[in-house]
Order: sequence, then C-alpha cells, then structure tokens
Amino acid sequence: MIDELVRYFSSPSYREVLLSSLGQHVYLSLVPLLLGVLVAVPLGRFAQRAPRARAALLGSANVVYTVPSLALFVIIPAVVGTGATDSINVVIALTIYNAALLVRPVMEGLASVPGHVVTAATALGYRPARRFFAVEVPLALPVLSSALRVASVSNVSLVSVGALIGIGGLGRLFTDGFQRDFLVPIALGIVLTLLLAMAGDLLIVALRRALTPWQRAGGR
Amino acid sequence: MIEFRAARKEYPDGTVAVEDVDLAIEAGTITVLVGPSGCGKTTLLRMVNRMIEPTAGEVLVDGRDVRTADSAELRRGIGYVIQQAGLFPHRTVLDNIGTVPRLLGSSRRTARERARELLELVGLPESVGDRYPAQLSGGQQQRVGVARALAADPPVLLMDEPFSAVDPVVREGLQDELLRLQGELGKTVLFVTHDIDEAVKLGEKVAVLRTGGHVAQYAEPEQLLAGPADDFVTSFIGRDRGFRRLSFADGDGVVPGEVSTVSLGDRCTADDWVLALDSDRRPRGWLAPGTTSDGPVTEDQLLAGGSLHTRGAPLRGALDAALSAPSGLGVVVDGRGSYVGVVTAQQVLDLIEQRRRQVSP
Repeated sequence: MIDELVRYFSSPSYREVLLSSLGQHVYLSLVPLLLGVLVAVPLGRFAQRAPRARAALLGSANVVYTVPSLALFVIIPAVVGTGATDSINVVIALTIYNAALLVRPVMEGLASVPGHVVTAATALGYRPARRFFAVEVPLALPVLSSALRVASVSNVSLVSVGALIGIGGLGRLFTDGFQRDFLVPIALGIVLTLLLAMAGDLLIVALRRALTPWQRAGGR
Repeated sequence: MIEFRAARKEYPDGTVAVEDVDLAIEAGTITVLVGPSGCGKTTLLRMVNRMIEPTAGEVLVDGRDVRTADSAELRRGIGYVIQQAGLFPHRTVLDNIGTVPRLLGSSRRTARERARELLELVGLPESVGDRYPAQLSGGQQQRVGVARALAADPPVLLMDEPFSAVDPVVREGLQDELLRLQGELGKTVLFVTHDIDEAVKLGEKVAVLRTGGHVAQYAEPEQLLAGPADDFVTSFIGRDRGFRRLSFADGDGVVPGEVSTVSLGDRCTADDWVLALDSDRRPRGWLAPGTTSDGPVTEDQLLAGGSLHTRGAPLRGALDAALSAPSGLGVVVDGRGSYVGVVTAQQVLDLIEQRRRQVSP
C-alpha cells in the first residue's frame, strides 16, 4: 500500500489530477451553497410573511429535495440546454437542493427574531430593507447556520455523484480507481471527501462564532 | 404638542380600536393614556409615529399632520420606548443607544460618544456600555431603552408600558427616575399603561380610555380621583381612591407632636412607647411599654418601625406612617431622615375633615 502511495504521488500527472479534483470539488460545493442562500432568503422571507403561501412553498421545497440527485443531473441539461457533462449542471442542481433545504430554516430563523425587537427597530426609524439586513438577518443567523452546516456536508457528498456523469471533483478519483483497479485514488478520494466535509463544517461553525459574539456573552 | 382630531382606527373586520378621539397633549408634560386591555391606548400611541395609520381623522405633532412626513424620518425624530425594552440583542449597550444617531448619519464614533453621555444621564455605570442586553437586569435594560429613545434628543417621547415587565420595586425606581429626567429635559411624553397607580404617579394629565377606544375622562390625576366622570372610571380607579387621593393633599398642616426618645446605647426604662434613634437622630424602631433593659438599649430589643413621613410631603405618607407604626404614632422626619416628631392617624383625619369644611361649608 505504501509503495502504491509513493508511486501515486511520485507521478506529476496524478498529483495534478488530485489537486484539480480537489479544487473543483470545493468550487462545486461552495458556489451552489452561496447561490442557494441567495435564492432561499427571499423565499424564506416570503414564507414567513405570507402564511397562506407558506404550506405550498414548504411542501414544494420538500418535494424538490426528494428528487434523486443523479436524475436531476441528467434532467437539467435537457431542460436548460447545457452540455451533458457541463459542470454547470451540478451547480444548478445543487443550488436547487440548497435552496429547497434552506427555505424552512430561513423562515424559522426570521420568525425567531422577537417581535418587540422588530417593532422597536421600525419605531426607531429603520426602513424595511435596512432593518432586514441590520437587525433581522443577524438575529436569524444562529438558526440558519445549523442548516448551512447540513447543506455544506450534503453538497460535498453530492458533488462526488457528479463523477458518474463525467463531471470533475473528488468523485473522479473513485471512477478512475475502479476502472484501473487501483486502490490508492479510491482511498484518497474517500479521505479527502471526508476531510473536505469536515473543513466546510468547521468553517461555518467558526464563521457563526465570529458573527454572533452576543451569543457567547452569557447571561448576567 | 400632540393633537388627535377625531382620530379613528377601524379594522377591515369591523372592529373599532379607536373611536373618534379628540385629545390635545400639552408640550413639555407627561400625559398618560390608561385603560384596560383592548381600550386602544397603544393604537392611539402608535398613530403618533405612524406605526398605525388612522382610518379617519388626523394626528398632529407641532401642528403638522404626521402623514405629511416620511414615516422613517418622522420616527427618527420621536423617541420610542417599548415594553421589554426591545433592545437589539446582537448589539452592545452603546451601539443600541447610538441607533438613531447612526440612522441620522452620525459616525459610529460620534454615536458612541453620545451614547456614553446618555448612559450617565439614565444613571448607568460606564462599564455596562460594552455589554450585550442579555447581560443586564430587567431594570437596566429599561434604562438603556430610555437612553436609546433620547439619543437624538427628540422633543416627543412615546412610552408603551415601558415598566410593566419589571418587578414592583425596580418599577418604582424607574418611575422616580423618569420624573427626575423629565424635570431636567422637559419633553412632551405620551405614556401608555394599564396601571392606574402608575398613571396617577407620573401623569400631569391622565386620559382614561374605555374598551372600544373612547376617552372616558381626561383630567389631572387629582381631579380624576376626586371626581370620576362615570361608573367605568370609578371602577377602573379602584377601591382605594380616597386614600390614594391623599397623595395630592398638602401635608404642610401636619404639626408633629412629641414622644420620648432614647439613643441606641443609652439606658432606658420604657413606661410608654419610646422611639429609639441612632447617633444621627434617625429613627431605628420602637421600645414597647414595659420593656426594661438591664444595660444599654440595643437593636435586638426594638420593634420594627412603620413607614416614615417626610415633613411637608403629602398626607398619604403621614397617614400611612401612623397606621403602620406599632405604636400608632407616625414618625415624621426631615429631609435628611432625622427625627422631627410624631403624628397620629386622628390628627391627619382631623386635618382632612377641617379642610373639607373649609371647601364646602
């Protein structure tokens, strides 16, 4: 095994594949997460403000989330008109998943902001948009960050599936390894995927701590 | 000056929260809106800063219809204190207080400087400035709420049951603090409460509101207690109004009598009630008749005294001092808390009776 590892890492082309796979995996996990937040925030706000539309919106979000990822990867090129092996398909698919996953936590996070705090903000002279970003979003972060952690981990694992339709990422190491009956890339793929998922998770936890100092300030 | 002209709020389902209210609030005074829940007092208050728009009529601040102003800008010029303080949990005390200056375009530094001045004004130590609201007691949070409302020095202050979520002792401290602040600042304060005692204590004028948004009576507190306009006001003011009215009865006519006193540490044999004083002549408690002591008088031998009446304060305090003392003798003290004399309940009652005869012979 060690010999094989040495052989693997001594080959410049393998190293290059490894690094580019890793880079692409990060990119394909992160971009949909950011885009998913951008889509989920207005939808979640709408769900919070419009109780009548809420059930329909959350219901369809649940349905979207149950569609198998591989199916989505295959359907998207047909619907959007992108190439079958274009990585944009993965970005679109995961953005849809992330948005579906985050709508409810965004809604719940915003709903968790105490009413008297929002009233006070309005009464002090905040206009709605500024109030939303300066008061409501920061206070919704604790609830939202837990959902972001779930989404980031699920992205890292779903990007691997992209390899089945020929899209880069650490999943390529699996398909490579299986095709050539070579254990090292498979093992490396598994380990790096796990490490990446953990790193993303830790990063979100650290960001949350940095952005919510008042939560650590403790009671009186 | 705030003026409601036939202000009305009717909801689409036909509920009338405020029915054609006419009310003029004088500049530089504390005016209290008081009434049971559902009487529209908060609705009326929120019409002033356009948190609620009237369905008919108008609301004027300084002669100007509030609807002619941009609502956010209008609100920045009107202080607002809410129940539970409504502080921003994610901002420090200083940043909370500096909210309106920031909205008005001050730099963060200027806003924080102003916030420090206000901390001092509302009687909070500078050390709380960098804490978060959750680290403060309920009373401190309310003080921060008041400081935040005053930060941009608005001429008008709206207060919506600001002290109802804190315990009675703290509440009383906050009320005294508000009266002191008002003495300094002279704002036009519109104060909403469901507590008639609070209304009578704070208000220079009190508007009693009835369910459905009618003003049942608008008067000075003393007039309110002396002559409730109808059965609703009578029942709302409650049973103790005769006693409470004594809060407005001048106590100058009280002539303190004498009683035997002893200084703590001296020897004494009590044949009758004896008042024990400390070295500053402040009352410490009573020695019951028949108490003999082998040595110097100590605190252990004393019966706890009643409330103290400060000379010249309203008669309510004098009567309460007499009724609460084990000896039946209310202790009168001067402004520094030193013993002046004693007063009996009968003396207070005689004084009240004498005044009634003068008013209506």
